[in-house]
Amino acid sequence: MNLAVKIGALTLQNPVTVASGTFGYGVEYSQLVDLNQLGAVVVKGIRLGPVRGNPTPRTVEVTSGLINAIGLQGPGVDGFIRKYWPFLKVLKVPTIINIWGTTVEEYAEVARRFDALGGVGALELNVSCPNIKEGGAQFGTDVKLLSQVVAACRKATKLPLITKMSPNLVSIAPYAQAAETAGSDALSIMNSFPAMAIDIETRRPRLANVTGGLTGPCIRPIAIKLVWEAAKAVKIPIIGMGGIQTASDAIEFLLAGATAVAVGTANFYEPQTGLQVIGGLREYMQENRIEDIRELIGGVQTGK
Amino acid sequence: MAMVEQTVQIVSNERDTDLYFRLVVLAPQIAPLVKPGQFAHVRILPLKHVLLRRPFSIFQVSGERLSILYKTVGQGTEVLSRMQPGEELSMIGPLGHGFAVPESGGEIPLLVAGGYGMAALYLLAQRSSQKGIAFVGGRRRVDILCEEEFRALGWEVRVTTEDGSHGEKGVVTQALAAELRPSKPGRKLFACGPTAMLKAVGQLAAEFDLPAELSLDEHMGCGMGVCLTCVVPIKTGDGWDYQRTCTEGPVFDSRLIAWEAAQ
Repeated sequence: MNLAVKIGALTLQNPVTVASGTFGYGVEYSQLVDLNQLGAVVVKGIRLGPVRGNPTPRTVEVTSGLINAIGLQGPGVDGFIRKYWPFLKVLKVPTIINIWGTTVEEYAEVARRFDALGGVGALELNVSCPNIKEGGAQFGTDVKLLSQVVAACRKATKLPLITKMSPNLVSIAPYAQAAETAGSDALSIMNSFPAMAIDIETRRPRLANVTGGLTGPCIRPIAIKLVWEAAKAVKIPIIGMGGIQTASDAIEFLLAGATAVAVGTANFYEPQTGLQVIGGLREYMQENRIEDIRELIGGVQTGK
Repeated sequence: MAMVEQTVQIVSNERDTDLYFRLVVLAPQIAPLVKPGQFAHVRILPLKHVLLRRPFSIFQVSGERLSILYKTVGQGTEVLSRMQPGEELSMIGPLGHGFAVPESGGEIPLLVAGGYGMAALYLLAQRSSQKGIAFVGGRRRVDILCEEEFRALGWEVRVTTEDGSHGEKGVVTQALAAELRPSKPGRKLFACGPTAMLKAVGQLAAEFDLPAELSLDEHMGCGMGVCLTCVVPIKTGDGWDYQRTCTEGPVFDSRLIAWEAAQ
């Protein structure tokens, strides 16, 4: 039985990764989860310098979901290399580093730094965080800027590049194609969806940042549709994510056209979710006599 | 820090007073690891559309059992309060950085609790080599919890209620302030309760130049240092940084909390 898939030049032993920002830097969950069973560990977004993040409250629970506005708190490149890289570099599975910046040059510089580090599995370009004023989503919702960021990073590194797409687009196809043309090896679909919640007693927004990004099971149908549309528009592989809790959810993404998946918000309440999904995929393949997980990719039947 | 995720079985789950409940679970892997001031992160399995775990201070530990003293404040705790012995919960614990347990010959501990904040201080009182005074406050008589259990440990307990229905009338920090005056060294404050009370305890600690450890009650997500929901501003060398209540806390040295930066 084969579960291995390829994301550009990177081979994953199975298609189950974790979504950036929901798994810290791996080490936090290492006492509860055997990280070496995952397809890859994807770390929280990192820019050149340290980031303090947004004021609190930063998250609010909603029906089957979570709205967050963390503001990409993080240690910066040097802090990450000092505090977290010694742990990550000895894992048997690849580390995918999510990077961002406030300018095209910063993205490229961060890419260069991680290229020079050696041993990184891939870089995921976060061009779609809804919770920061500069950088983030502005790059993911403007085709020209998106192309520039991807092209600049492509020049800066030979590492596989994965562009993490915003869901907040009229049509994802031209953006997916722009990332592909500019040299992205894969797409992550999707980032959180812009959202808001209000406390009716105080009439105040529930988040200090006023708005945030919605994640969790409630966004899965949105993500499935975006993966399906993007898969028709590009040849590069897609990592599908949005509300995955079970192997069935993951299979839905594969059928929509994803080559791999990422477990996100579920890590917050069940850190074992990734491993449970892998176990469930094996069972499904056995029951359905599927020899190679890749047989499922894009298998949705939309014809009559 | 050692932590475990395990399915735990409810031994009992009974009303204490008013909206407060005592939950006892069989948690053989977690219970022996618990240190005073740590918490358990509980997934209330019947909840399907409310996703996150709920953090609770660990109240008492006995062999393979641990207990939690909680107040029904929302959907999660409402559903929890209706669960029956024999039913199961998913628990991750023990989590967080707890209190420094007073050693004999050290400072005299003064505990300060508001409402169910008392639960977070029980193990500290039990394991402390040095006995002291527990100041307990609440709005009404029903908000005063486990008073007799603290007395049974040999601690003096001073109760205040805002409506005067039990103990002295007033707020807990007034009773504490009265004790701290006249000022004398060799005492240390340990507190758990609402943020306003913790701030007042921190101010008294500063005024009387006493060390104080405060257990913060912040809104939490993952409970394991990943989601960065529960951050509080903590003073560092040249300013402040957001640190995680679930990981660097929930217990912080009051001198290091930069309350003003959070505004």
